[in-house]
Amino acid sequence: MEGNVVLTARGISMTFPGVKALSNVDFTLRKGEIHALMGENGAGKSTLIKCLTGINDFESGEIHVDGISGPVKNHSTKDAQEVGISTVYQEVNLCPNLSVAENLFIGREPMTKLHTIDRRSYNKRSQKIMDELGIAVDVTQNLENYSLAIQQMVAIARAVDMECKVLILDEPTSSLDDEEVEKLFTLMRALRDKGVGIIFVTHFLEQVYAVCDRITVLRDGQLVGEYPIAELPRVKLVAAMMGKNLDDLAEIQKESIENVEQKELEISAKGLSHTGTIKPFDIDIHKGEVVGIAGLLGSGRSELARAIYGADKANTGTLKVDGKEVKINQPIDAMNLGMGMLPDDRKAEGIIADLSVRENIILALQAKRGMFKQLSRAKQEEIADRYIDLVRIKTPNPETMVKQLSGGNQQKVILARWLATNPDFLILDEPTRGIDIGTKSEIQKLIVELASQGKSILFISSEISEMLRTCNRMAIMRDGEKVGELDHDLTQENVMKAIAGGEKEA
Amino acid sequence: MNNKSVLTRIKNWNLLLPVVSLLLVMAVNIIHDAAIGANPLSFFMITLRQTTGNGTILYGRIIDILNRGSEVAILAIGMTLVVSSSAGTDISVGSVMSLCASFCCMLLAGYGVSSTTTLAVPLIVGILGGIFIGVLCGMFNGTLVAYFHIQPMVATLILFSAARAIGLLLCNDLIVYVRNEAFGFFGGYIGVIPTAFVIAALCIIVTSLFLKKTAMGMYIQSVGINPKASRIAGLNSKRMIFMTYTVCGLFAGIAGIVAASRITSADSNNIGLYFEMDAILSVALGGNSLGGGKFSLAGSIIGAYTIQAITTTLYALGVSSTQAPVFKAIIVILIVAIQAPPLRAFFKRRSAAKQVKGAAV
Repeated sequence: MEGNVVLTARGISMTFPGVKALSNVDFTLRKGEIHALMGENGAGKSTLIKCLTGINDFESGEIHVDGISGPVKNHSTKDAQEVGISTVYQEVNLCPNLSVAENLFIGREPMTKLHTIDRRSYNKRSQKIMDELGIAVDVTQNLENYSLAIQQMVAIARAVDMECKVLILDEPTSSLDDEEVEKLFTLMRALRDKGVGIIFVTHFLEQVYAVCDRITVLRDGQLVGEYPIAELPRVKLVAAMMGKNLDDLAEIQKESIENVEQKELEISAKGLSHTGTIKPFDIDIHKGEVVGIAGLLGSGRSELARAIYGADKANTGTLKVDGKEVKINQPIDAMNLGMGMLPDDRKAEGIIADLSVRENIILALQAKRGMFKQLSRAKQEEIADRYIDLVRIKTPNPETMVKQLSGGNQQKVILARWLATNPDFLILDEPTRGIDIGTKSEIQKLIVELASQGKSILFISSEISEMLRTCNRMAIMRDGEKVGELDHDLTQENVMKAIAGGEKEA
Repeated sequence: MNNKSVLTRIKNWNLLLPVVSLLLVMAVNIIHDAAIGANPLSFFMITLRQTTGNGTILYGRIIDILNRGSEVAILAIGMTLVVSSSAGTDISVGSVMSLCASFCCMLLAGYGVSSTTTLAVPLIVGILGGIFIGVLCGMFNGTLVAYFHIQPMVATLILFSAARAIGLLLCNDLIVYVRNEAFGFFGGYIGVIPTAFVIAALCIIVTSLFLKKTAMGMYIQSVGINPKASRIAGLNSKRMIFMTYTVCGLFAGIAGIVAASRITSADSNNIGLYFEMDAILSVALGGNSLGGGKFSLAGSIIGAYTIQAITTTLYALGVSSTQAPVFKAIIVILIVAIQAPPLRAFFKRRSAAKQVKGAAV
């Protein structure tokens, strides 16, 4: 092993039922570098990482870690941690019902002389760790009381504190806002300077160029190549990931905004609120209109949508759908009024992991029909096949369990679930989070297309640029309150200004 | 489908292990019979036998298993649904059986009467009354679990301890005997076939049809796997969980009537004793995860009859009823072990290694 190399993987292969997830992949990580692992959904990034961390048993190949003689074969994340490989995953894998401090030290609690857990010491140490990272939390509070972003940072803090040689960050930034991302980058650079090798998996190209030294690209389970960052400009990276040149996202054309004004109202909310999450807000959405909700993470973006959909039952206010005043007590009421909602937390509120792709797709449609009017098996298969084609879900077959698909494909399954119900009003909460660019542009195109069919879309995203591309109008959220709307001069700068604060807009 | 060999299809059959377990128990019988010099197939022999009364009935060890295992099989249907939807178990079913039996017999005999040959109310009133109490108990459990978010084990612990005592209260602390031929029918025979088995079969068929012809099966599994996501997708998760507990109570009621009819009395202290454990075990033996989600009703039913097969086998082997539980436990450990994921993975790896070796040669 070379002097400065901390981890090498040679010829790693791995098969899932029906899918060759990795074939003969090499990977090298050096001391003190931030190494981006890039590839589209299903390219094998997550699988490779799970091989490194012992979650997956790879079939062939060898992994070597600096300071350990002989090949390393991890059988659990604990094994991996013992050889110095720590991981923070895309979806936070901590225990929400334990305190922040307990989460930081779970499995390695400091002990008193009596062999009981030394609570005082670990609370103190935890607070120190979090303070050093500049994360404002009370470590004695349960993790579930904090936002997804904070939970993510706790996960990173935990990994960092375990004095790892290799830190793997799998989509750590997909739920962080810009400021938090910058904080994370500062931390990553500091760790790099200390000699930690960092593997960084992300879909955000800007972030790769902002912080990484080297890039390894995977495509369809195979290694495309390893490049120093200077030798791989952005266009080439995209080309390497997709295996072709990207016809730019810019080709998506917005519906002309002028038409919308004459169209009828689909949704009209007055003074809707949900205690504790969102203050009373008004919003009008016309037929064929795409309305974006912009705001920082935790500003009430999702909560606004949830109050309309009945995911959190509105406490006050009135809601008109198609001109008629309605009462929505739970999601099924909203669905019967022609609504659908793709929630932002795919794992917790989206997929039914152990059911097949087919069942996941027809679930909402079946729920709308009611328990006693079962769709025939033939009909179910027809619908599943149609949407697998339409949104291009990569799955061995419709009977594959949805949990075996990659994250982006799972997201497409949920999208298919709602398209199958043929909704008039669709709420898409972060539909492109953790999804590769190719799919992102597909989803954006789909949004514009749905709107042109006269459907109304409420689109929530952390990426302002993608909302700019698709939205006719944007609602601006700040601190659990809708503070204004922008319907002309939609530019990145204007939206940022509006989010950042100042005067209330009309 | 066609290019898959029969062997692979058998290997991937989800009922493989429950069926193998059942076959193993049968094999023990065959070996034992052969060893003592009896006809090795006597386990499978079914003969017609004169009863002391009037008719003829089917007789044999298999018939005995199908007859005696029916109550647990009926309970296992409800238990399977409860486990799937709520990732918890209903430990009150045995007690609820006893309560339903007591209420039924009290109605039939009249309050305070300890023994009767004539019915105080039409038979159907007593039967439906007993089943109705079962449904009420199920609704009570369902309310606690689904709407009050009490853990299933704790919620059903209430009726586990209370139901049997309420039954005694209803029967004025007596064992109520209903020595009536019509009432004895449910624990007796239809023609030559045990009625209990026919009732169990009907329950299984009706439930299977329901699962096949409606979306209930998918709803229950979906709620069991991810209640939050199911709600967003338009399912009423709470109502589904409530419903499965209600159905479980319904089947406990039916099982209670059968058990009471067998002994033409409501013996509060003994009816359904430890049956909840057998019902839960049936679900587990059927290869179902007690963590909820995906389920196989057929697996649970096979599990239920496997338990009875073990008991019958032990008696046939001459194990006394006081020691039987020890041997039963050993057999259960073996069956559960062969289904355990680490062992299954071990066998899979071994067969894979063999294949590689074969390919190399």
